[in-house]
Amino acid sequence: MTRWRTVRLAGAHDETAGSRTLVFDAPDWPGHLPGQHVDVRLTAPDGYSARRSYSLASAEGVELTVERIDDGEVSPYLTDELRVGDQVEIHGPIGGWFVWRPATTPVLLVSGGAGIVPMMAMIRARRAAGVRAPFHLVHSLRSPGRLHYASELLSPDPGVRVSLLYTREAPGGHPRPPGRLTAADLDGPGAACFVCGPTGFVEAAADLLVGLGHDPGAIRTERFGPSGS
Amino acid sequence: MTVFSRGFRGKHHRDDRLPPGQYLTQGFPVLSAGPTPRIPLDRWEFAIDTETEQVHRWSWEELTALPSETPTVDIHCVTSWSKLDTRWRGVSLDVLFERVETAADYALVYCYGGYTTNLPLEDLLDGKAWIAYGYDGHELAPQHGGPARLLVPHLYFWKSAKWVRGIRLLHQDHPGLWESAGYHNYGDPWREQRYADD
Repeated sequence: MTRWRTVRLAGAHDETAGSRTLVFDAPDWPGHLPGQHVDVRLTAPDGYSARRSYSLASAEGVELTVERIDDGEVSPYLTDELRVGDQVEIHGPIGGWFVWRPATTPVLLVSGGAGIVPMMAMIRARRAAGVRAPFHLVHSLRSPGRLHYASELLSPDPGVRVSLLYTREAPGGHPRPPGRLTAADLDGPGAACFVCGPTGFVEAAADLLVGLGHDPGAIRTERFGPSGS
Repeated sequence: MTVFSRGFRGKHHRDDRLPPGQYLTQGFPVLSAGPTPRIPLDRWEFAIDTETEQVHRWSWEELTALPSETPTVDIHCVTSWSKLDTRWRGVSLDVLFERVETAADYALVYCYGGYTTNLPLEDLLDGKAWIAYGYDGHELAPQHGGPARLLVPHLYFWKSAKWVRGIRLLHQDHPGLWESAGYHNYGDPWREQRYADD
């Protein structure tokens, strides 16, 4: 039997126009590795329930960032309906592959859109652990308004380099013209690579990394989205 | 004790063909652990290695010359999507096992790119599994496991290993990649065996 844990929403804020960060009070949370996810279960008054997986954004405690999928079943409830004090059930932490364990190896994080959520967990875990492994986050997003964790990512964090790649609209003075991820945006071999985003983005990014000479076995991917092609 | 979610109604996916906790998708999501391997067909091969170290091999030409079937099946991903009536073309494992002598009970499926997954051998036989190389009337696309993937639709779809390279037969069960990383060892969607503790 799956062990479901009841957690209570302790705080929430809009992360971008289409996403909301939820911080849960989970007193018996056992801890997790950055990159792991939880399943969230909602149950209707008639007993019908629905579950979805969400990446943890936090290094400690249970913090999720949920993208609103307009015709979705679970995400609109989490972004629009759930109020502080409400309870939901979660199962996890889950996953032992797309995870970062503190080490000295340089890390290259490549994310598209909401794929930044597990990357944020890894950056936060690095900071919390006081590890000096150099991190480079290469994050692709449509426009400045779509930046998750903006104030945190734009504040200096020694050893963490953040490269923002705008695909449609860049802020004034941004050195890189808007466009999709290319090989020139990425580093060469020698880093542990994590790639997360929509399927098309992950396919393209992983292919570029292999083309740059990264060992395919050192590239871990995670894809998400309501559907792929 | 169930916790009810104030104001949650849900969409009530109650199709008899949907296992518990699944919802229908019209797309074909992709889930994989690493980059998509590209395997030239002239270097592709599929093998069955037995517990007595007999190796049976098929080149791409040999595999695609075997009698094929066109199963239409429902597929269920552990991430909760299900897709009904997917149409495949491939070779039944029963055909590939015709001349394989084995007393093994377990199979470890291995792949180009390094992925592995395990299942009891009996789940591969008796019309339950195929080496699939066609999808919906076309060649199987690389991101969906082409040139060929295992298709074993009665288990969660991570067991249907993409870019399949071979099957190792074993007397003892050996967990694969996801099975070693917190996912259920068997993965029956109708019993909702998603994770190790389910």
